[in-house]
Order: sequence, then structure tokens, then C-alpha cells
Amino acid sequence: MPVKLAINPRKSARRWSFVTKSSPLPGFRLSFAFTAIYMTIIVFIPLTAIVLHGARGGFGAFLHTIVAPRVLASYRVTLGSAAAAALLSAVFGMLLAWVLARYSFPGKSIVDAVVDLPFALPTAVAGISLTALYAEHGWIGRYLEPHGIHVAFTPLGIVMAMSFVGFPFVVRSVQPVLEDLDPAMEEAAASLGASSWQRFTRIIAPVSFPALLTGSALAFARAAGEYGSVIFIAGNMPMKTEITALLIVTKLEEYDYTGAAAIASAMLALSFAIMLLVNVLQWWFQKREGQRA
Amino acid sequence: MSRGRTIPSSMLLRPTTTQRAGRAALILLALLFLTGFLILPVVAVFSQALSQGWAIYRDSIVQEDVLSALRLTCLVAAIAVPLNVLFGIAASWAITRFEFPGKSLMITMIDIPLSVSPVVAGMMYVEVFGLHGWLGPWLMEHNLHVIFAVPGIVLATVFVTCPFVARELIPFMQAQGSDEEIAAAVLGANGWNLFWRVTLPNIKWALLYGTILAASRSIGEFGAVSVVSGHIRGKTTTLPLEVEMLYNEYNFTAAFATASLLTLAAIVTLTIKKIVEGSTGVARNIEEQEGES
Repeated sequence: MPVKLAINPRKSARRWSFVTKSSPLPGFRLSFAFTAIYMTIIVFIPLTAIVLHGARGGFGAFLHTIVAPRVLASYRVTLGSAAAAALLSAVFGMLLAWVLARYSFPGKSIVDAVVDLPFALPTAVAGISLTALYAEHGWIGRYLEPHGIHVAFTPLGIVMAMSFVGFPFVVRSVQPVLEDLDPAMEEAAASLGASSWQRFTRIIAPVSFPALLTGSALAFARAAGEYGSVIFIAGNMPMKTEITALLIVTKLEEYDYTGAAAIASAMLALSFAIMLLVNVLQWWFQKREGQRA
Repeated sequence: MSRGRTIPSSMLLRPTTTQRAGRAALILLALLFLTGFLILPVVAVFSQALSQGWAIYRDSIVQEDVLSALRLTCLVAAIAVPLNVLFGIAASWAITRFEFPGKSLMITMIDIPLSVSPVVAGMMYVEVFGLHGWLGPWLMEHNLHVIFAVPGIVLATVFVTCPFVARELIPFMQAQGSDEEIAAAVLGANGWNLFWRVTLPNIKWALLYGTILAASRSIGEFGAVSVVSGHIRGKTTTLPLEVEMLYNEYNFTAAFATASLLTLAAIVTLTIKKIVEGSTGVARNIEEQEGES
């Protein structure tokens, strides 16, 4: 019996002429249509709605809303804390990635699993738990308060909460790079007399830097948009410890939908800027990988 | 190079006593950080929840409000997760198996929910379905409730969790290639058989991994859900929202008792994740060995 080919080249080529490379596989129409419709309904239309509503009052009103003193103060709090959190995440994320990639020690696989805890733990739970820890009589707060270090209900608390949610991004970005690093390079350096510090600064740091930057940018993005874990520990004082995400919720509760949409549009612009940055970083990263290979 | 002249790498990189001390110090520092920063908050949740004894803990959990929040959380996850599994499979099939214009745009769209603040995510749906939104008046006329009702919570959850399955599957299926599927298609397998017999067995671990991440996030989502929920006790509060409401009512023990349920879910998630990672690792090793032989 001759084998009947299941492909009908005419069908796949003509009806979907925009499929640049015809494939013998079925299901393009179904999967493409489903994905496109899903994305349109779930992501595209709602995103458009928020931006259009933000602009509804005209450009002047839009600008007026997003640079109002209380809003500007919230940007300062949010971006400043997110930057500090990204830095803290970079330091400790690098440490964790290094220890996990390079050393073996008992309980390593548990440590590896625990790093993902901030991804799995609901933000509201992290928020109330961190607040309980850093409050005046909390397990950590009681040792800090006598030294005049106030964490709960201050910007420092916001930084702690943001670092909590952000730092796994750094670990998970850097760890695979360190694991893939060819030991031959370090061996060569060692055979030429490089100290371990020189090996770190000359080989490991340059190779892992793009990944570290990508991870920190992701941590920053997550921190800047974070809501659940921050609002409990922040104290939420306008002009001082009020984050932008909370300000949007406040505006919504006051039925100021246009104002909320305007601030949300500003936050969206920031999210997209970071997304672009991360893509550029990853592109740079891949280019370097290509050069090394 | 002859064997005699090769310097064994173990000699070159064999740690000196100072290096060994440095290594121990770094591991210790990492463990300390992990304990203080990640494990302590989890311990604090249980400690606070049980601070007034087991009986009060149990009573706080079996309250009608908490149980109905638990039911709603399960319901939302039961709708959002399967939808996103379908979406993830469709998207990764279209993206990794076919070439079409606008592909990179589609990949970018899938990433958007990861970089948008949850509060903005929730607000987008208020803009579309809320009273002042695009469809608000029409929904009102037909007595349909989306915002401040269960459908809005489901939509917001679908939005924040839709990238997880797709993002696990896309790189995985890309790396795997489509040789086996093309072979099956050429031999006459129809789409249904091809998916169940060839694709699904290959991708099952990656699919499961993505599903776990999506489920975990949909159980714990706070910011997006909080904006669309309206916080109606017994009707539109999910577990994370119930935690917030109890906490804001200064009912700390009950808040932490409810939070402990979510923490348990997070621990279960991490455990399953670790097991699945182990399985995929095993699968990968077998593949590599087969490739070598």
C-alpha cells in the first residue's frame, strides 16, 4: 500500500499565504487564532482601555495628574526603594547564585528550592509576616529598634519587602551562567598564576555581568510594581511612604477613575521601558555568548 | 598533549586553606541570609497563627468567611489554570512550530503580564467592564456583573497567570525541535493523535512545571484581584484578600491562621516543583546519554 502523505501543500500554502515557511504540521490556524484572540481579549483591549481613559481628560489634565506633588512623591518612594531593593537583591542574589552554582554542601537542594519561596508565597502573606518580624516587638524589630533602626512603617520596610520579592530574579538569572561557565578558562588562568580574586574579577564577573544586570532589572521591575507585600509594612503615609501602586488604588476608591488611569499609564510606560531594557540586555548577552562560542 | 605533561586541574584549583575558609564563610553567609530573610517570615506566620493555641487556630480557619474564601480561591484557580494551560499549549505550538509575521510581537505580548504592576492589571479590567468602563453600561442593562464579582476576579487572575505555561513551553519546545512531529504528520497521524501521542509525552514535565507556577500564582494573587473584587465578605474575597481584611480589622491571629493555609500551599508548590525539576533533570540526562551512544 502506498503511503499517503498527510500534507496538503496547496491547503497550507494558499489559505495561509502569510505563513512564510510552510510546515507539514497541522493546527496552525487553530493555535494561532486561539492565541491571537486570547491575547487580544486578555491583554490588548484592557491595556488600550487604560491608556485611552488616561488620555480622556486631554493632555494637560493628564500631565497635571501625573506630576501632582503627592504623585511625584510616590514615584520617589517607589523608584528609590525599588532601586535600593534591586541593589540589595543584586548583592545577595549574586552570593546565592555563586554558592549554589559553585559549592556543594549538605542541604543544597533545599536551599535551591527555598530561593523560589518569594515566587510561591502570596504577597499578602509576605507583607503581614515581614511586618510582624520588623515591628517594634517583632523577632527582628526588637533588636533593631533600640539602635534607632526603624524598619516597619518606614521606607526601609518598603525596601525590605521589595527585596524579598525581587531577589530570586537575580539568583535565577545568574545561576545558570555560573553553572555553564567552562572551568577550563579558570584553570588556564590559575595555571598562569591568577589568584582567586583575579579569576573572579577578570573571568567570572565579566561573564556573569549581563545576567546580573538582567536579573537586577527584573527585580527592579517587580519591585516598582509590587503592591501586596509593601502596603502592610509601608505605613502608607502620603508624601513619605506611599507607593504609586497604592496611590492608584486610593484614586479608584475615591472614584477618580481618570486620575487613576493617568497614573496607571505612567506606570505602564515605566514597565515597558524596563521590558525594553531587559530585551536589549538579553540581546547583548546572546551576542556575547555567540562571540565566546 | 601527552598525558605526562598535562597538569591535573584538581591540582591547579585545589583550594588552599584560606580559600576553603572563604568558601565556608560564603556558604555560611548565604545560609544566614536565607534563614533570616526567607525562612524566618514563614516560621513567623505559623508562630503568629498558633500564638493563642491550637483550638483558636482551628476555630479561625473553620469560620464560614474563611471557608467561603477558600472555596472561591479554588474555584478561580480551577477556571484560570486550565484556560492558561490551553493558551500555553496553543501559543507555544503556533510560535515554535510555524513561522509567521508578528511572531516576536506575540512573544512580547505574552511577557506583558509579567512586567505590569498587579494593581494596573486589575484596573485595566475596571476600565473595560466597570460601571464607567467601555462595556459597563451594557452589562448593567443586562444585569451582568463582572467587576466586584467572580468573573472579574477570574479575568484578573487569568491575566497575571497567562505567561507561566507559555513561557515554560516555548523555550522547551524550541529546543526540542519538531522532527518527531513532522515524522508523525508525514506518516499520516492526524492532529489529535499527533498531539496526544507525540507532543504531549515530550512536553509533559515542562507543561506540569508551568501549570504548577500558574496555579501557585492564581491562588496567591493579591493586587490585581484586590482591585476588581470589591471585598464583599463571603462573596468576592479570595484567601489573600481575607488575610488582608482580617489583618486590617486587627484580628491578627485569624489573619495569620488564614495566611498559614496559603503558606502551606506555597510549601507544597515548592516541593512539587523540586520533584518535577528532578524528573526533568532525569529525562534530560537520559536524552543526553542516548544522544551520546
